Amino acid sequence: MVRSATGRRLHRIAIYGLFAVVALYTLFPFYWMIASSLKSGQAIFDVTFLPDLKFNNYEAILSDGVFLRSLLNSLIVAASVVALSLGLAIAAAYALGRIDFRGRSPIMFLFLAVSMFPQIALLSGLFEMIRWLGLYNTLGSLIFAYMIFTLPFNIWVLTTFMRSLPRQIEEAAIMDGCSPLRIVRCIFLPMMGPALISTGLLAFIASWNEFLFALTFILTDENRTVPVAIALISGSSRYEFPYGAIMAASTIVTVPLIVMALLFQKYIVSGLTAGAVKG
Amino acid sequence: MATGAIRIGLNAKRARTAWLFLAPSLLVLFAVALWPLGRTFLFSFTDAFLTEPDIYAYIGLENYFTLFEDALWWQSVRNTLYFTVVSVSIETALGLAIALLLNAHMSGRGFMRAVILIPWSIPVVVSARMWQWMLHDQFGILNHVLKLMGVIDHGIAWTANPDLVMPVIIAVDVWITTPFMVLLILAGLQMLPKSIYEAASIDGVSEWRQFTALTLPLLAPSIAVAVLFRLLDALRMFDLSFVLSSNSDDTKTVSIYAREVLVNFQDMGVGSAASAAIFLMIAVVTAIYVTVFRLNRKLLGV
Repeated sequence: MVRSATGRRLHRIAIYGLFAVVALYTLFPFYWMIASSLKSGQAIFDVTFLPDLKFNNYEAILSDGVFLRSLLNSLIVAASVVALSLGLAIAAAYALGRIDFRGRSPIMFLFLAVSMFPQIALLSGLFEMIRWLGLYNTLGSLIFAYMIFTLPFNIWVLTTFMRSLPRQIEEAAIMDGCSPLRIVRCIFLPMMGPALISTGLLAFIASWNEFLFALTFILTDENRTVPVAIALISGSSRYEFPYGAIMAASTIVTVPLIVMALLFQKYIVSGLTAGAVKG
Repeated sequence: MATGAIRIGLNAKRARTAWLFLAPSLLVLFAVALWPLGRTFLFSFTDAFLTEPDIYAYIGLENYFTLFEDALWWQSVRNTLYFTVVSVSIETALGLAIALLLNAHMSGRGFMRAVILIPWSIPVVVSARMWQWMLHDQFGILNHVLKLMGVIDHGIAWTANPDLVMPVIIAVDVWITTPFMVLLILAGLQMLPKSIYEAASIDGVSEWRQFTALTLPLLAPSIAVAVLFRLLDALRMFDLSFVLSSNSDDTKTVSIYAREVLVNFQDMGVGSAASAAIFLMIAVVTAIYVTVFRLNRKLLGV
C-alpha cells in the first residue's frame, strides 16, 4: 500500500507511542518496587516519585541471616536442578532423537502428558515419597520434586533439536564402533550449546520461582527458598507491614532474573517457543 | 545379505542403547510423577492422615461424598473456572495486539521484546507483593493517583473488597502472563510467509482485510497451542491468590483448597480426593480442547 510521507511519519509516531505505553505498563511496577525499597522508615508511606537512595531496608534484610540463607538455598536448588535435569535429558534426547526403536512414540507421549500434570495432583503422593526417601524438610526434596516440570520439558526441546541435525553426522562414528557415550560427548555436546543454554535458563527460572512445593515440603526457616521467604514476611499487624523490607528483598531476588532476561533474551524466547510451537 | 544382517544386529544394539540412555529419566519420572499420582488416587479412597500416612483403611467413595457436599469446594471450582476463562481470554486478545505491535519493523523491537519478558521471568510471589503494595488502600500509588485525578475521595480497599478482589487478581495475572502469550504469538507471526502479504498488497487488499483473511487463520494454530499452555497454567493457579488474598473464599482456587485440606487440616483422604478431582478436571478440559482444535498432530509433531 502506498502511503504519503506524512502518513508514514504519523504511523511511526503512533507505533513508538504504543511502544512507550507497553513499556510503561510493563516496567512501572519494577520502578516503584525499587524506588520504595530505597525509602527509609516512614518515608515509604509518602507517595513521592523520586527515591531517597537510602539503603536502610537493604541493610536490614541482608543483616538478617535467614534471608541470606534462603538466597543461598534458592541458588543451590536452581543450580542442582539445572545440572541434573540437563544431564538426564541429554541422554534421553539422544535416545529419542537419534535412534529409531519400537516404543519411541509412546514414550514421547508419556513425557508430554507428564509435563501437563497439575502439581497439586501429586502433592499427597509426593509427600509420602519424599518422606520415604528421607528428604522431608531438605533442599533435596525440592531438587527431586522440580524434576517433574524441568525434565519432560528439557527432554522434549532437546529431542526436537537433536532430530533436526543431519543423519550423517554420527554415521561414520557408529561404523567406527564408537561407544554411544563417546558419540554424545564428542559429536553432539559441542553442537548443542544454544539448546542447552535455552533449556538451562528456563529450568533455572522455573526452579528459582517455584512456590507450591517449596511451601509444602520445607518446614523450617533455614531451609526455605526465597519466594517462600518473601511470601511469609509479615508484620505484627496490618499497619506495621514491613513493605520497605519486602520491596528490598523482592528487588534482590528479581535483579539476577532481569539481568538474565536482558542478556539472554534470544535463548529464553527460543527455548519457550521450541517447547510450545514445535513440541 | 551380509550388510543387511549387520544392519539388523546394529539396530538391535542401538535399540538397547536407547533404552539404556532413557532408563535414568524414566526412573526419575516414575518416582516423581507416575507413582505419586497413583498414590494420590489410592489415598483418595482411604482415611489416611498426613501425620501417619502408613496407617489407613479403605473407605470407598466417602471422601468424594465429603468433598462434593462441601460448598467451599464448589465455590473454589467456580472461582478457578471464572479466573481461567476471563484471564486467558484477556491475555490472548492483549497478547495478540502487543505481538502485532512488536512485529512492526521498527528499531527498538529487540529492546521491547526483552522488556516484555521481565514480568514473566520473575517469581509470581514477587509480582504479587509488588502489586499488593501498589494497591494498598492507604499508601498505595494507585489510590494516590486516582485521588489526584479526582476519581475517588478515599482509598479503595482493592484486595479486601469481595467484589473487587477477583478482578484485581485477574488484572495482576494479565500483567504477569501476557508476555508469554506475546512471545508465542510473535514466534508464530514470524513464521508466516512474507510473499503472500506482498501479493495481497499488490492486489490492493486493505490491511484490515489482510489481517482477518490471512494473518488470523494462519496464526490460529500457534494461538491455539499458546492458549492450551495458558489454560493448563491458569487451572492450577496457586501462588497469586495465596499471596494477594490468602484467606478470602472469593478467590480460593481448587489448588489452594486441596492444599489447605491436605496440609492445614492434615486430611490426606479428602485432600487426595480433591487433588484427584482436579487432575480429572484438567485432563478432561485438555482432551476436549485438543480434540476440538485438532492439536494432537501439532503437539506430537507427527
